[in-house]
Amino acid sequence: MAEEVLQAQQYIDFRSVKVNNHLVLSIKESGKTVDQIKVAEKVSHIIFTTLTYIFIIALAFLVIFPFYWMIITSLKTYNEITQETQTFFPSVVMWSNYVYVFQHFNFLTYMKNTIIVAIFSTLGTLITTVFAAFAFARLSFKGREALFLVFLATMMIPGEMMVISNYITVASFGWITNSVHTQTLTEAYAAMIVPFWVSVFHIYLLRQNFKQIPNELYLAAKVDGKSDWDFLWKVMVPLAAPTLISITILKFMGTWNSYVWPNLVTEIPEYRLISNGLRESSFQNADLGTVEYGYQMAASILVTVPLFLLFVFFRKYIMKGVGRAGIKG
Amino acid sequence: MGTELLSFLKRKKRDKANLASKVERNPLVEVETVPIYEPGYYEDDKSIVRLVSNKKIKKPYKVTGIDDVASKNNWKAWLYLAPVIVLVVIFLLYPLINTIFIAFTKNYNYAAGTHEGFTLENFGVILHIIPYRSADGEAWMDFFVKYAIPNTFIITIVTVPVSLVLALIISVALNSIKAFQKALQTVFFLPYVTNAVAIGMVFAVLFDDQGLINWLFHLDGFHWLYQVDTSIAMVPLCLFIVWNSMPFKILILLSGLQGVDKQYYQAAQIDAAPKWKVLLKITVPLLSPQIFYLMITSFIGAFKEYNSIVALFGKAGETLAGQKNMYTIVFYVYDNISSQTSYAAAAAVFLFVVILIFTFIQFWVSNKRVHY
Repeated sequence: MAEEVLQAQQYIDFRSVKVNNHLVLSIKESGKTVDQIKVAEKVSHIIFTTLTYIFIIALAFLVIFPFYWMIITSLKTYNEITQETQTFFPSVVMWSNYVYVFQHFNFLTYMKNTIIVAIFSTLGTLITTVFAAFAFARLSFKGREALFLVFLATMMIPGEMMVISNYITVASFGWITNSVHTQTLTEAYAAMIVPFWVSVFHIYLLRQNFKQIPNELYLAAKVDGKSDWDFLWKVMVPLAAPTLISITILKFMGTWNSYVWPNLVTEIPEYRLISNGLRESSFQNADLGTVEYGYQMAASILVTVPLFLLFVFFRKYIMKGVGRAGIKG
Repeated sequence: MGTELLSFLKRKKRDKANLASKVERNPLVEVETVPIYEPGYYEDDKSIVRLVSNKKIKKPYKVTGIDDVASKNNWKAWLYLAPVIVLVVIFLLYPLINTIFIAFTKNYNYAAGTHEGFTLENFGVILHIIPYRSADGEAWMDFFVKYAIPNTFIITIVTVPVSLVLALIISVALNSIKAFQKALQTVFFLPYVTNAVAIGMVFAVLFDDQGLINWLFHLDGFHWLYQVDTSIAMVPLCLFIVWNSMPFKILILLSGLQGVDKQYYQAAQIDAAPKWKVLLKITVPLLSPQIFYLMITSFIGAFKEYNSIVALFGKAGETLAGQKNMYTIVFYVYDNISSQTSYAAAAAVFLFVVILIFTFIQFWVSNKRVHY
């Protein structure tokens, strides 16, 4: 044995690990049994996991803190909000803030406007999107690829480019108040709905979905004597239902969040949508002229809650839709 | 039905040579012209033909051209596309051309549609090279150069990296835990499903003179939101934007992480690689497509920041009345649409060019492969 080791030494020079002319193999965890190493690994794993949880839960608290603050501020009195020491729970729970908001803030009008605009712009988008996606995915015609390329190219243009001219276009349709004409509610709705009847991104999304539907289904339908129209509504649309639901919800959320366009195209506050209503209501104390944060936050809660409800019921669709689309509205 | 149709199609393809001439003349090929196969197993293409029915077919089935299953109805396709094409032309293509056109006209009047000839002046005015001709003589209108451009770039440079790094850390942490993962993921997604104006107002309350932040950090009545100094107002604004833009990034990064092959991590474990090294040398490179996608989209998103400013500072976009010091490029566009359409259009074209450059950088880099 010893001879062999010595022979090996002649070939390899392990400079520092030679002890008494013998090769020594050193292991980092030397002196520990396998069980000890296992325990040490487990302990470090537990410590690391705990730290991860602490880190992530702390951040989660930071993320939901604004919501918490919104809720408790909406239930505080004005004095408690502005006093020197901030409280993390209202000393007097002021449900009357909500009553005031319902009485003085046209919440229901704004909500009605928003829902009407959301429903009609979503319906319009769904119809145009389904037709266009069907044509691009299933029918072949001259210039299909070129046209689709043009559509895709328009996605690169920022919406701000369009807003200016769309404003002019909508004005030329007579939907906006000018020197000779005052806008009616229907015209306000039209101005807020019609420009959003087309969404190239949703067409792209749905086309991808339609393309995955196998040709065999189409042929089977053809053999059964179904027309393209029947095939679209009885086979493709039901199969692409998850995408369509995602589009609907994202569109709804987009309308709920839209601020700029309604603000531009409407003159009378009562015609505007919920975000505008929230921003433009003054919530001022008539006597002091200061902003009543309690009322403001109560109104913010009323605007946020419907979105949360939507999220609770359609979490899967929203997260899936956002993951693929990533565009609000 | 389906299998038979399939095997029929396979046979059809093989017999195509015989029928080629017929198909060419008439894309509708009648079944009866195809030889009828006996029930049984056909080894050459591993298909089974079964007898389903002895019924004689009254009306022959018709199958559209085999080489391309898509129907070739030109006019029908255009009919389906008609609504979209009309809307795209009116609300996407025409506006694009028209906005560029307006950007080069002098004193465009949106109501009448009139202008006083073509000029490059608009760009000069917004870029602060040419004095702005107001009704009461010449004046410098420097909001665009003084506030809009710097603010937009500060927002972009601060919020994009911060939110991206934070989102990366959070999603790696989220991916490494098992219990409560779904619940925590939902919590981190919550900022996405909110009304930006509503939550922006909450941030305004938090950063108010008598707000929680001042109380926590003993900054007695510090003006976060009501000072001339833009850089101080940027703090709550950027915090809000980061808070608001993280959910989307976490969602994308987490789904990317869940698609990563576990073998890489096992290999790292065998080599006893430290965790930070695993993060930097394995996770980040493997996620590079997602990270790159998020970088571009959030750059463009940050360039178009508007709602958050309205929510925090109000409709005028200023911390003090008349300052306009919280202007961004987009804010400038929206604020000037009806009063100075030509300048607004010039600013929009400016934004368009900047975004276009970013998009082309994206194409260029992704062509050079983002991976590894």
